[in-house]
Amino acid sequence: MSIFVDENTKVVYQGLTGSQGRFYGLRNRDYGTQVVAGTNPKKAGEDVDGIPIFASVADAVAETGATASCIFIPAPGVKAAVMEAAEGGVEFIVVITEGVPAQDEAWFYNELKRNFPQVQLLGPNCPGIISPGKCNIGITAGEIAKPGGPVGIVSRSGTLTYQALYELKLQDIGVTTCVGIGGDPVPGTTFIDCLERFEADPDTLAVMMIGEIGGSAEEEAAEFIAEKMTKPMSAYIAGVTAPAGKKMGHAGAIVSGGKGTAAAKMEALAAAGVQVGRNPTEAGALMVDIVRNLG
Amino acid sequence: MDLLEFQGKQFFATFGIPVSDGRAVDTVPEAVDAAEAVGYPVVVKAQVHVGGRGKAGGVKLATNADEVREHAGNIIGMDIKGHRVNVVWIEHASDIDQEYYASFTLDRGAKKHLGMLSAEGGVEIETVAVENPDAIAKIWIDPVDGLTPEVARAWVLAANLDPRATEGAIDILTKLYTAYVEGDADLCEINPLILTPDGRVHALDAKVTLDDNAEFRHEWGDYALTQVRDEREEAAHQKGLQYVGLDGSVGIIANGAGLAMSTLDVVNQAGGEAANFLDIGGGANADVMAGALEVINNDERVKSIFINIFGGITRGEEVANGIVEALSRVTIEAPIVIRLDGTNAEEGRAILEPHLSDKLQSKPTMLEAAKAAVELAK
Repeated sequence: MSIFVDENTKVVYQGLTGSQGRFYGLRNRDYGTQVVAGTNPKKAGEDVDGIPIFASVADAVAETGATASCIFIPAPGVKAAVMEAAEGGVEFIVVITEGVPAQDEAWFYNELKRNFPQVQLLGPNCPGIISPGKCNIGITAGEIAKPGGPVGIVSRSGTLTYQALYELKLQDIGVTTCVGIGGDPVPGTTFIDCLERFEADPDTLAVMMIGEIGGSAEEEAAEFIAEKMTKPMSAYIAGVTAPAGKKMGHAGAIVSGGKGTAAAKMEALAAAGVQVGRNPTEAGALMVDIVRNLG
Repeated sequence: MDLLEFQGKQFFATFGIPVSDGRAVDTVPEAVDAAEAVGYPVVVKAQVHVGGRGKAGGVKLATNADEVREHAGNIIGMDIKGHRVNVVWIEHASDIDQEYYASFTLDRGAKKHLGMLSAEGGVEIETVAVENPDAIAKIWIDPVDGLTPEVARAWVLAANLDPRATEGAIDILTKLYTAYVEGDADLCEINPLILTPDGRVHALDAKVTLDDNAEFRHEWGDYALTQVRDEREEAAHQKGLQYVGLDGSVGIIANGAGLAMSTLDVVNQAGGEAANFLDIGGGANADVMAGALEVINNDERVKSIFINIFGGITRGEEVANGIVEALSRVTIEAPIVIRLDGTNAEEGRAILEPHLSDKLQSKPTMLEAAKAAVELAK
């Protein structure tokens, strides 16, 4: 099994007619993802390489039975696009777009929680999600992941996630699902959301977590791990040497007021029983050992 | 983007928050004119993006033109913690009865807005938070609800301000929340928020950080002009690169923010220090690579360069061709170590092979590449 998305997930791409949306939408379809529709109010009735374009997500859901949406809309339009997706009836919304204003993120996160509790939002500013061999939504290069299991991955960073997938594949280790939760201040899906599902997923036997400086999401995850996770884990936190007060590329990656340091996060995870690597390669090697010892 | 105090006050004023009458000037004669216009006594305040101005002698009271001349003359051009004072703010001095603290920011853990109000203002709020946490009244605001009048009133009462301040504080906090949300700020802080002897509540300072991601819906051009960047950061910014200047000697180029941060870490573990953080994004084509190399090349601190690329959708061959082409366009002084991994990494390394020399090495892993780059920087 996998979490959040699988071979039955039908995806509508908001922004499929744009250059990024088209590029990744078609790549995702080539991977085997059920890319059933695109939206663009000005191009309803047209198609992108055979994928029908509808005026709205609601129309796409009505005509194709789409269950998930992937948003490639530029940042100014993301707030409206997220609400269109929720009101249109999909239950999983992936926002790839980076540069979404924090006030918009904070608003639509809370609006969804209150009025669309059945909707799971992933992102903004995330690489997407891949259940290898079944469904790839977003910008991950599918070929660097080996299908199957037993490892689940959840990560705040794009390239470090690819590296983890790749290193596991080189060791012939498969992945059930790899979730990129993104580097923004208000991520729709948290580490804990993913850990809960990996813990419940029978095919996931071990979990790898990649965090970075800023905020307290890793510390909160550590508390959850100590209390609820029975599956073995390895982790890596990027930004040990990042100076305080400077944003390191991701809007959320900033150490402020002495909070959110990598050292504090690594300590919290280690105390919760997670094997913490000092660099991505070490965390990957720790995961390989964990998998070899699963029996 | 951090605003200077006077910009923060202008920002507040557009949302109806009462601030002192003042002028921003950059010469002594203008300072005197400004003081005459706003009326004595005045406060001459250094405008820099750093705290601790008062202790550094950057905030002075003046009761006449001679004093304004003396203080403005001393403060303009002054160095405060490495920041040169180019602008001073001259404002009419306020009579202060009480000093409070007020702010709004995002609580990322709670995913709600956090409002903080304290009767103990005028000092570092972090100190109050540690020594007397009960003195800070906190509220968490759901962005969907906003700050309602009922909640604002209960919050002000919970903070135990002087009763004369209640109505004025409610009014200012309501406006401050609007400024924070509609103005797209990451932080709006007033410290001190004052109560005057005649019962008025008023923002005596302004600390505002705007969300750069929201610039598309505002007119922030004037604010951008006063942002302080070092030369390296300015050059990188012009090329659209995600760059942060640091103090070490190993220049870093990586694709992806996480990988770039991680590259800093492994350089540190190998015994070196990075000269910068530089994320060139996912594409890593020749143009972007050449631009990144130019920025690194102009940094005198850099003694070696570590290019760390993980190919995903952009394949190893494309990355390698980009590097080779970039190197043909830019003459690089420092030796380069490349670690290329990911999709079609071997094909990429084969393309680099004929170009390798003492000044251009290829290493298969991040750790080996970091060690080599650190060694070359010694």
